[in-house]
Amino acid sequence: MKYLWRSLGYLKRYWLLAAGAFLGLGISTGTRLIIPRLTQVVIDNGIAVGRLDIVLWASAGTVGLAVAGSVFTFLQGLLAARTAQGIAYDLRNELYAKIQSLSFSYHDRAQTGQLLTRATSDVDVVRMFVGMGFIQLLSAVLMMAGSIALLFVTDWQLALIILVLVPLTFGIFGFFAGKARPLFMQIQQRLADLNTVLQENLAGVRVVKAFAREAHEAQRYTQANQSLFDLNLVVGRLFAVAIPLVFLIANLALLAVYWIGGHQAIAGDLSVGRLVAFANYMLMAFFPMLMLGMIMAMVSQAGASAERVFEILDAHSEVIERPDAVEISAIKGHVVFERVSFRYFARGELVLKDVSFAGEPGQTVALLGATGSGKSSVVALIPRFYDVTGGRVTVDGHDVRDLTLDSLRQQIGVVLQETTLFAGTIRENIAFGRPNASLEEIIAAARAAEAHDFIMGFPDGYDTLVGERGVTLSGGQKQRVAIARALLLDPRILILDDATSSVDYETEYRIQRALERLMEGRTSFVIAQRIATVLDADQILVLEGGEIVARGTHEELLAESPIYAEIYCSQLQGGDSGSSTGTELECTQAQGEIER
Amino acid sequence: MMFGGGRFHGLTQEAAKPADVGRTLRRLLGYFRPFWSLLVAAAALIVVSTLLRLAAPYLTGVAVDQFIAPGDEPRPVWLESLILVLGVGGTSGGEGVTVDRAVGLNVTMLVLLGTYLLNWAATAGQFYLMTLVGQRVLLHLRTRIFGRIQMLSLAFFDQQEVGDLMSRLVNDTQVINRVFSGGVVRLASMGLSLIGIVVSMLTLNPRLALASFAVLPVMVLTTTAFSRRARVAFRRTRQTIGEVSAELQENIAAVREVQAFAREQENVGEFEVLNAANRDANVQAESILSAFSPALDVLSTIAMAIVVGYGGYLALAYDPPLVSVGLIVSFLIYVRRFYEPIRGIANLYAQVQAAVAGAERIFELLDTQPEITDAPGAVRLPPIQGRVEFDHVTFSYQDEEPVLQDVSLTAEPGQMVALVGPTGVGKTTLVSLLTRFYDVDEGVVRVDGYDLRDVAREGLRRQMGIVLQDTFLFSGTVMDNIRYGRLEASDEEVIAAAHLANADQFVTRLPEGYQTQLGERGHNLSQGQRQLIAIARAVLADPRILILDEATSSVDTRTERLIQRALDELLKGRTSFVIAHRMSTIRNADQVFVLHQGRIVEQGTHEELLAARGLYYDLYNSQFRREA
Repeated sequence: MKYLWRSLGYLKRYWLLAAGAFLGLGISTGTRLIIPRLTQVVIDNGIAVGRLDIVLWASAGTVGLAVAGSVFTFLQGLLAARTAQGIAYDLRNELYAKIQSLSFSYHDRAQTGQLLTRATSDVDVVRMFVGMGFIQLLSAVLMMAGSIALLFVTDWQLALIILVLVPLTFGIFGFFAGKARPLFMQIQQRLADLNTVLQENLAGVRVVKAFAREAHEAQRYTQANQSLFDLNLVVGRLFAVAIPLVFLIANLALLAVYWIGGHQAIAGDLSVGRLVAFANYMLMAFFPMLMLGMIMAMVSQAGASAERVFEILDAHSEVIERPDAVEISAIKGHVVFERVSFRYFARGELVLKDVSFAGEPGQTVALLGATGSGKSSVVALIPRFYDVTGGRVTVDGHDVRDLTLDSLRQQIGVVLQETTLFAGTIRENIAFGRPNASLEEIIAAARAAEAHDFIMGFPDGYDTLVGERGVTLSGGQKQRVAIARALLLDPRILILDDATSSVDYETEYRIQRALERLMEGRTSFVIAQRIATVLDADQILVLEGGEIVARGTHEELLAESPIYAEIYCSQLQGGDSGSSTGTELECTQAQGEIER
Repeated sequence: MMFGGGRFHGLTQEAAKPADVGRTLRRLLGYFRPFWSLLVAAAALIVVSTLLRLAAPYLTGVAVDQFIAPGDEPRPVWLESLILVLGVGGTSGGEGVTVDRAVGLNVTMLVLLGTYLLNWAATAGQFYLMTLVGQRVLLHLRTRIFGRIQMLSLAFFDQQEVGDLMSRLVNDTQVINRVFSGGVVRLASMGLSLIGIVVSMLTLNPRLALASFAVLPVMVLTTTAFSRRARVAFRRTRQTIGEVSAELQENIAAVREVQAFAREQENVGEFEVLNAANRDANVQAESILSAFSPALDVLSTIAMAIVVGYGGYLALAYDPPLVSVGLIVSFLIYVRRFYEPIRGIANLYAQVQAAVAGAERIFELLDTQPEITDAPGAVRLPPIQGRVEFDHVTFSYQDEEPVLQDVSLTAEPGQMVALVGPTGVGKTTLVSLLTRFYDVDEGVVRVDGYDLRDVAREGLRRQMGIVLQDTFLFSGTVMDNIRYGRLEASDEEVIAAAHLANADQFVTRLPEGYQTQLGERGHNLSQGQRQLIAIARAVLADPRILILDEATSSVDTRTERLIQRALDELLKGRTSFVIAHRMSTIRNADQVFVLHQGRIVEQGTHEELLAARGLYYDLYNSQFRREA
């Protein structure tokens, strides 16, 4: 109920529309009540006494009232739609903004299908309640209050009887609604599960096809579908019993009045006229109860969905901008890790332990290490995708937690391991971080990323569509677009996380040459598996098990670090000697020396 | 992310599309056909509960007239018989059945109680049946669509937004359910009562009856006009919610990029535009509907006014009057009863437009033909040796320039074939043809002499293991993810495969080992670790042909060497295709094919190619190039 109230809080912004809708409902209900009275007039005062003029006037009045009532019915529908759709719009915008702002650690655990379901289906459920259910609920309660008040005035004894029945109805209402709510919660959950299966199936369609798992996937989906169906049926059964039960109670109360009152009338204690009046009032008081019965399901469903929606809106992002965060204008690129330790989630293992190093402006810092040694974790801390567990990360002497996220991230160019291109043109994709960049700037960035030539190879050049509905780019081409995207930011700090793993060596070499030029005086962090990529770095950090086990330049490391030498040699040795290059010789020598 | 500009069209995105509504509707109703017996039962229950509801006022009337305030109405036969059967009354001469008033009241009230209880049961049953049918249709429809999606080929998915597809399965099916569960049954019962009323009106007074039908043609015209507009509006709502959901899906999936580039503000702005379009489409559709119902109200009130006016005229202008006041009163009740189902039907018809708009999108998807299908006489590929042959193969995606041109190569069983070349040269495309993700434009791809187009795809892919460039993990445990390669594999086999792929080491270090839940796309693992899991998955599949498409690009070279050694063992007697840039990965290949601009320009062993001092030689040396 708490969440339902909260969703009603959104009505505030639309209170004028909502009030209008409510007024419209009141007036149209009023006219609908008056029309039968007018018909009565026609018959009693017109036809019965032979006054044709009254017949005609009253008939015209009926039509007029109907028209007026209809106008208000229309207005009510229109205003209610505007209110409800407006609230859905607000909720979706808020959800979207919130989802976009939640930190990486939230998204590491969240499922797209889950979030998507809440932003579409759950918002819809809340919307329908606000648009229809709430107005009906409100008018039912008002009508109930009104008719009970009326009853008190006409017959307080009878009113007392009805007052007993009201809590009973509400009790039943509350009982079933309470029972149904967790079920609705589960239904929405299962719907989200179903959508997750679907979403993953679509996102992973290549894997599905590669392993010929279509039948298995269909079975998985059918299973989720079936379990949703089963639960829907349980709820269906519940309300199949509950909704008519409210009617039954109203009927039984009426029966009681006739039965008991009937005996009293027979005994002469009650006039028949009064009995009939009793019954009629009773019906009047019960009508709103029946309305309540009809919207019972809607209320509990909306309660469940509202909770799911607010769960996201209330989600606590681990990376929060401090209220007094400062804007950093032009980063020089002095990046320092001071005894940084880090774990991804509370109970998890430490993935970084006591990591300290400094990257100076103009330096290229390379990170090397085995799979899962913590390289990506190190660079993810610089743009503050996660917060450190211990120690601190500073940029130009500022703890990154003291800076505004936008000012920090806008000056850091990141190429992530997994490249995602968005549906749109290549141009738009490169301009992702700076939508207003000119074509010249975009081309310059693409040239530096060695992407210009292949882009021009497409018939539409920079206007070629890529992403979900566009041409298929190879892994290496995608990476180069991603590099261009990062370069266009003209970043003070550049992070390349395995950014060229799918690019051939020749191209990579040219990219590196371009970067050297572009990144002059700026700091770059490069993660790579290929030794060739890191050879020229000013500083190479070798990570193992989340710790820096060696650091220095290529030459220094080759001379001092057995791990580095081993990595280096593993890429060059292959057991053949048909191609003795100088490098390979160097490797063998180095290894030999360290061993000695 | 929403970018402007024209888009490719897999499925239509346009709102205004002339469609045959009748056909769509018929087809939609076809999904209800299997449940006709349930629908008939539900309709029967509606009739029963309607009758029972009508019985209630009658019974209270009887109670008042007969026992509470006895008048001179004759006692109904059923009541007399009942009293006799119960033995609570007596007979005295010609007076008929006599009964004590209090007892009579009790009897009548008991009957009333019975009708109430029965009515409850009938209504409950009817509600339940409607839910059952509606949910069954939904279940069926979703399964059908999902099944169809599974059949479609990759070329379709290259063109389709995931979010829009999802919206068709999620939102469009729901809208159908909302309108149809109950709607169909209500329609039947409304039709029934309508016939009854028309007959009674005509028998009562044909003249007045025809007069009260006068607005009927106007109503039909209004309904068609409204529903045409409603259909267009609803189509827009379906389409815009598809766009909203595509936008959501894309940006939730790529939220890391969004944050890395501090794009949140722009994205929120762009989302608001789509979201507003959806809101406005909904408001428009709903306001058409809200105008519709009052319009019908006005028309039915006019009909009543006609009855009163014309009836009054007939009663007053003639002497003796042509109609009695009583007749007019009962006619008024009839007219109200007559227009109630008509309004119901018309309202339903307008709402059905929403369902039709949803159904159009669903049927469009169901009608999409997969580009790649098994040929009618496709044979199931027997266990293969692994001889792969590309025979003058040419291929292009869509209508672009050919990605592969006249490519011919042969891999003997057990050979390791390496594909080498600059990025974007068509290496991945080549192996995609081998798995028949796409069909060749020209030439033939053969496995063990079978043209791939002549064999069933499943039998083919079951014998291949593929590690793709983009590793995709499903949400589930590590165990589940590896087992995806062979569903019937035991835990031990899964662990053995992980061991072989060198994944065992890091997996056992995870908090819950093989039972550790992986987030979607496995984001709590490093890229290299994900690749190891993907390799384990392919190893588990026990394939005759293994394809590694940059499978170890993010794995460090030491680990890679260990994997390589294990694979050497595993691959004895099996054919493998390896795409890699790292030369250490490919130097052991039996054959190396160098691709350039979509053609094979060099081939041979590592040594032969180095000796030839061609493109391969250059590529090989580029990895050692250092600043001069």
